Amino acid sequence: MKEKLTEELVAMRAAKELVPGDYCNLGIGIPLNCAAYAPEGAMIQSENGVLGYGPVHDRESLDENIERVDWDVADAGMRYLEYVPGMSYFDMLTSFAMIRSGRLLSILGGLQVSEKGDAAIHTMSKEDIASKIGGSMDLAWGAKRLIVTMTHCAKDGTPKIVRDLTMPVTVRGRVNLIVTDLAVIEVTSSGLVLKEVAPGWTPEEIQEQTGATLTIVPDVREMEF
Amino acid sequence: MRDKVTTAAEAMAEVQDGALVAFNFWGPGTPLHLMRALQERGVKDLTICTNNYTLRADILREQGAVDAAILLPQTRKIIVAFSGVQQEDSSASVEIARRVQEGTLEIENVSHGLFIERIQAGAMHLGGIYSPIGIGTSLEVGKEKRVINGVEYIFQEPIVPDLGLVNAAKADKFGNLVCHGTARAANPIIAMAARYTIAEVFEVVEPGELDPDAIVVPAAFVDRIVCIPDDDPHSRERRIEQTLHSVKYRLQKMAEAEAEAEAARGGKS
Repeated sequence: MKEKLTEELVAMRAAKELVPGDYCNLGIGIPLNCAAYAPEGAMIQSENGVLGYGPVHDRESLDENIERVDWDVADAGMRYLEYVPGMSYFDMLTSFAMIRSGRLLSILGGLQVSEKGDAAIHTMSKEDIASKIGGSMDLAWGAKRLIVTMTHCAKDGTPKIVRDLTMPVTVRGRVNLIVTDLAVIEVTSSGLVLKEVAPGWTPEEIQEQTGATLTIVPDVREMEF
Repeated sequence: MRDKVTTAAEAMAEVQDGALVAFNFWGPGTPLHLMRALQERGVKDLTICTNNYTLRADILREQGAVDAAILLPQTRKIIVAFSGVQQEDSSASVEIARRVQEGTLEIENVSHGLFIERIQAGAMHLGGIYSPIGIGTSLEVGKEKRVINGVEYIFQEPIVPDLGLVNAAKADKFGNLVCHGTARAANPIIAMAARYTIAEVFEVVEPGELDPDAIVVPAAFVDRIVCIPDDDPHSRERRIEQTLHSVKYRLQKMAEAEAEAEAARGGKS
């Protein structure tokens, strides 16, 4: 059995999509790991109301740093943030005006993505009584570019890239790029284009693990990190 | 100008059964002292409108941690964007599932953006808004849709809270509020939209001590001010121990889950 990429490597590859001057929101899961690899000059936003943050206080050593932690400064996932120059705080209305404006890139986790660029992000089942929408619908709809990072297949081996979603829809037709532990796939108006494969994997093997037809470009490359 | 500073119990006396209550629940800036006071007020049939409805473990609640579910026996409807109501360590999670099943609790799902823009629409006394969020999803079911300039929208009603519970860093006696850090979140918008707004603050100062340029919520939006008592578990000093306690609990849970997963992997191979 060939090795699939670790979550860390998927995050590293996704972070390469960012350039200095970008504003970016990172979803929970794999995307949050992208923060460590974002280029200097790319600003991270969190939807509870902060733009331009860098290091996060280590949870394990919070009690040793009581004097240094500002208990009123956290991101949406309740990680306490260190101050960095250029940081700003704002209310939720300002935050979601920013999110809807097309000024931010969104890197989000995914449960399923269709060949039309539809994405299921927030819940696996319509019977779920927990509302897990959070900011996902706003972030996916309003992004300048929507990048979904996820494992290529679910734990039971079923493909997460499909022709049509079977899980509840978070957004229709907005996904631009899918970065998985096997490949980088672009969503175009004429379908899915396989751009890169994980080291050691062939395009044909990626197709076998995908629930929709991939267009395989002649110059398909190996993923770099 | 009247002095609006009072106790939580006195401020809550005006709250009636059936009220629509809005508050920010997102770590910093959550009005935990007022949520407890609303529980003590005992009013029934509340609609709770909050950005997040995440539950604290029973063991943390017993030690004074507050979540929106302390109001559950008084609640008939929840409007929420993000909830984590399936938690093994919270009995409220079981209670919510049971009450939804028997039809005595309604949950209306929104997105974070919809939550805040509907409250903003309430603040501006709009009849409603057309929002692009939720097109092609379960949120469009049963709602009016309309195409404006080639873009699809869903009609959304405004949210006008009867009661807004707000947390801020400081107030002056007139009710001007200053926020700090990410504790701002939904607080200023809720204060603007609510018919009756109570603000809990860590510190009350004399008029003139706040920089007018720095005031986030002007006094006209604030009806009552409550200074969080020093002995409250969520006072500025004591909340640090609460926070550390809860962080440590979560780290321990994660370590346990990791160990279990490791054991399961070991068992298979």
